[in-house]
Amino acid sequence: MNKLIEIRNLTKNFDDQQVLRGINLDIHENEFLTLLGPSGCGKTTTLRIIAGFEDPSDGEVLFNGIEISKLPPYKREVNTVFQKYALFPHMNVFDNVAFGLTIKKTEKLVVKQKVDRMLKLVGLEGFGNRDVTLLSGGQQQRVAIARALVNEPKVLLLDEPLGALDAKMRKEMQAELKNIQQEVGITFIYVTHDQEEALTMSDTVVVMNDGDIQQIGSPTDIYNEPENRFVAEFIGESNIIEGIMIEDYLVKFDGVRFQCVDKGFENNEAIEVVLRPEDLDIVSPDHAEIVGEVKSVTFKGVHYEILVETDKRIYMVHTTDYSEIGLWVGLSLGPEDIHVMYPMGSY
Amino acid sequence: MKKKKHIFSGLYIALCFIFFYLPIIITMIFSFNSSKSLTHFTGFSLKWYQELINNQEIVSAVYVSVTIAILATVISTVLGTVTAIGLSKSRKFLKEYLLNVNNIPILNPEIVTAIGLMILFSSIGIAKGYMTMLLAHICFCTPYVITSVYPKVRSLDPNLANAAMDLGATPVQALTKVILPLIRPGIFAGALLAFTMSFDDFVISYFVTGNGVKNISIIVYNMTKRTNPTINALSTIVIVVIILILLAVNIVPILKKSKERKFEG
Amino acid sequence: MKHFKHLTKPYIVWSFILIVIPLLLIALYAFTTGGNAVKILEFTLKNFIKFLEPTYISVFFKSVKLGLLTTGICLLMGYPLAYFISRFKDKTQDLLILGVTIPMWINLLLRTYAWLNLLADNGIINNLLAMLGISPISMMYTDFSVTLGMVCNFLPLMIIPIHTSLRKMDNSLIEAAYDLGANRIQAFRRIILKLSMPGVLNGIVMVFLMSISTFVIPKLLGGGQYLLIGNLIESQFISVGDWNFGSAISLLLAVIILISMRLMKKIDPQED
Repeated sequence: MNKLIEIRNLTKNFDDQQVLRGINLDIHENEFLTLLGPSGCGKTTTLRIIAGFEDPSDGEVLFNGIEISKLPPYKREVNTVFQKYALFPHMNVFDNVAFGLTIKKTEKLVVKQKVDRMLKLVGLEGFGNRDVTLLSGGQQQRVAIARALVNEPKVLLLDEPLGALDAKMRKEMQAELKNIQQEVGITFIYVTHDQEEALTMSDTVVVMNDGDIQQIGSPTDIYNEPENRFVAEFIGESNIIEGIMIEDYLVKFDGVRFQCVDKGFENNEAIEVVLRPEDLDIVSPDHAEIVGEVKSVTFKGVHYEILVETDKRIYMVHTTDYSEIGLWVGLSLGPEDIHVMYPMGSY
Repeated sequence: MKKKKHIFSGLYIALCFIFFYLPIIITMIFSFNSSKSLTHFTGFSLKWYQELINNQEIVSAVYVSVTIAILATVISTVLGTVTAIGLSKSRKFLKEYLLNVNNIPILNPEIVTAIGLMILFSSIGIAKGYMTMLLAHICFCTPYVITSVYPKVRSLDPNLANAAMDLGATPVQALTKVILPLIRPGIFAGALLAFTMSFDDFVISYFVTGNGVKNISIIVYNMTKRTNPTINALSTIVIVVIILILLAVNIVPILKKSKERKFEG
Repeated sequence: MKHFKHLTKPYIVWSFILIVIPLLLIALYAFTTGGNAVKILEFTLKNFIKFLEPTYISVFFKSVKLGLLTTGICLLMGYPLAYFISRFKDKTQDLLILGVTIPMWINLLLRTYAWLNLLADNGIINNLLAMLGISPISMMYTDFSVTLGMVCNFLPLMIIPIHTSLRKMDNSLIEAAYDLGANRIQAFRRIILKLSMPGVLNGIVMVFLMSISTFVIPKLLGGGQYLLIGNLIESQFISVGDWNFGSAISLLLAVIILISMRLMKKIDPQED
């Protein structure tokens, strides 16, 4: 895939705060890329800089090899879907969607064709005459998407577009957005703080925190091979334990040596291990390397969340089997369930 | 019980309204009196209106009042609207400063504003006359426009202009196609307020004008000693015009709304 | 959009020249002597001290007295009117309030002049009295005529804030009071009156401040010799030519009013 946008050493300061600390990122054609992170991590700022609503303090943004950070937004081939939709209240659905084309003085017939086609794509066929202020959140969302896409941009920027919708609507829209992206075949840059959303829709996830990129990878990579504690904690639940990498494929933590599938660390290097709760099983204590007492059992619908206290720490386990509180149990895990990463503070 | 209450309150309201409107009504009635007398209505006549038109001084005063009001309204509406839009995107410090300074002509007693401007013009050395009156009017009208338009601007989604530019509009296009249509009610209200403040003004005009330039208020002020029926004629015309404008402004929107409902239904 | 913030630039310059500088000039004149032409910067409090002389301080007291009188009358007349209006249906209320505000839009001088028709020695009221056989009363150029003019002019300023606060009142509060055993007078006193206080205060401050600073009405209806603070300031600038003294009084007036407005905003932070 070709590189469409290259971000080099992007830095942004607001008054005294450094919001972006020199980030580097490549975005490709046809890619669904998500910027994921907590509030204040810089993801929205990055998006706004790509769109042209903010100027970077330092660094550059290349679009097809050309520096665009000095270009005003109306000269860039990107379009934005805003968090609160920013629909023009004094225009109906048709005029809203047609706005970009009208500005370019496109022929009326062509405008009608394109707008109608776009409304059909987003499932709002026949809505042209409606008052935008009277539409539901989901409908307004689709108008915003149609309004942006009708201009056939190379890149669509979406700033937490599903935040204002209820859970069910959000799930539906997630699937629809993914479909639209694949059908239209353009790059989507998506911003969200919801890690489940990011894992569901993206080809690439960029995890950010405090102005820095923590990890870039596919959803499975991010989930299964978090590179540091922040990513491990932000994505899914995790048990994080300090340990030592004795040698390739052998790790020691909580006083026990385990076979694992990671390598490339120095011998006896201090590391951290991530164990996902759903990878742990509760077994009889006789055959287990790690033993402890069941402290709590919470029914979560999909699974039970069971906390097991060993002499070293409390482990979180997700399992469909019920256990009784107070029971003395063992925890079992296989080599592929152990994910080794560099300890916090060393990157 | 309720009926009684309504009668009593209705009566009181009627009395108060008589108090408000009596002088105005008397003026209007006697403007058509064929004699100068205020005692008897001797007959219906338009002679005071005739004298009004022939009185060069009064006619030029009306000309001054009207032209200054129109010019001041147009300029202050443009200046005020532009400033209100800029204010919404300004940094906090500037916003506070401008809003406070903007309030000064509104809160200050007119005479203080008038004196200040008079001293300013004499210090700079500008000869008092039409120009100074115009500048002064723009000065006290603009704050009213800003206080009308600014809340409207603030109520808009902050990303609307961004959205327009994102879709290819230049800043000017974003302004004219998106922002201005949405704040139009505020602009109209501000313009109307500016026109009235200007047309109605006496104190400030009195202090900053000179060289024989007079508006309606100043002419009337100079004729305080006697009751002159020509003034009654003038008053009647002004009153009728203003009431018509006010009714138009207040009733037309109501008419529009019921028309729209007919279409939707 | 970041571009738009530059739109404020023209007004920044304009407001500085035409609003800030005049105020500074007034302050400058107030604290110096030396007249208009030659600016001898001799800083002094002489002008303020002059104000304490009996001739001038009596003007101050007269203005305050008249202001209080006007405010009191406006309150007594205005509150019931605002209250009665608030009892009607919404649409009717809008119309009635429009009726109250229309006079305000008509040129002040024309309105005040209209009173001359009524109050003059050979005016309508006196003629009516003559018809009834009563001897004419001289009403012009008295405290009475000035107060009458001020009340007529400022009454709407009292009515509108009171009406606004009454209108906003939640009817269910009054019903709750009745439900808990209050009779009409008690409900009025304890609930309605108390809740309309912000509007009342607003009205009182507005009317009082406007009435102590007015000068047109006293001039027209009070005659040349009738002096309130506003007239005093005018005479200093137009006839006497003591700009310094005039500025000092203006400064005092401006400061009193600006401080009162600030206090008002603190008590009732409603923004219109």
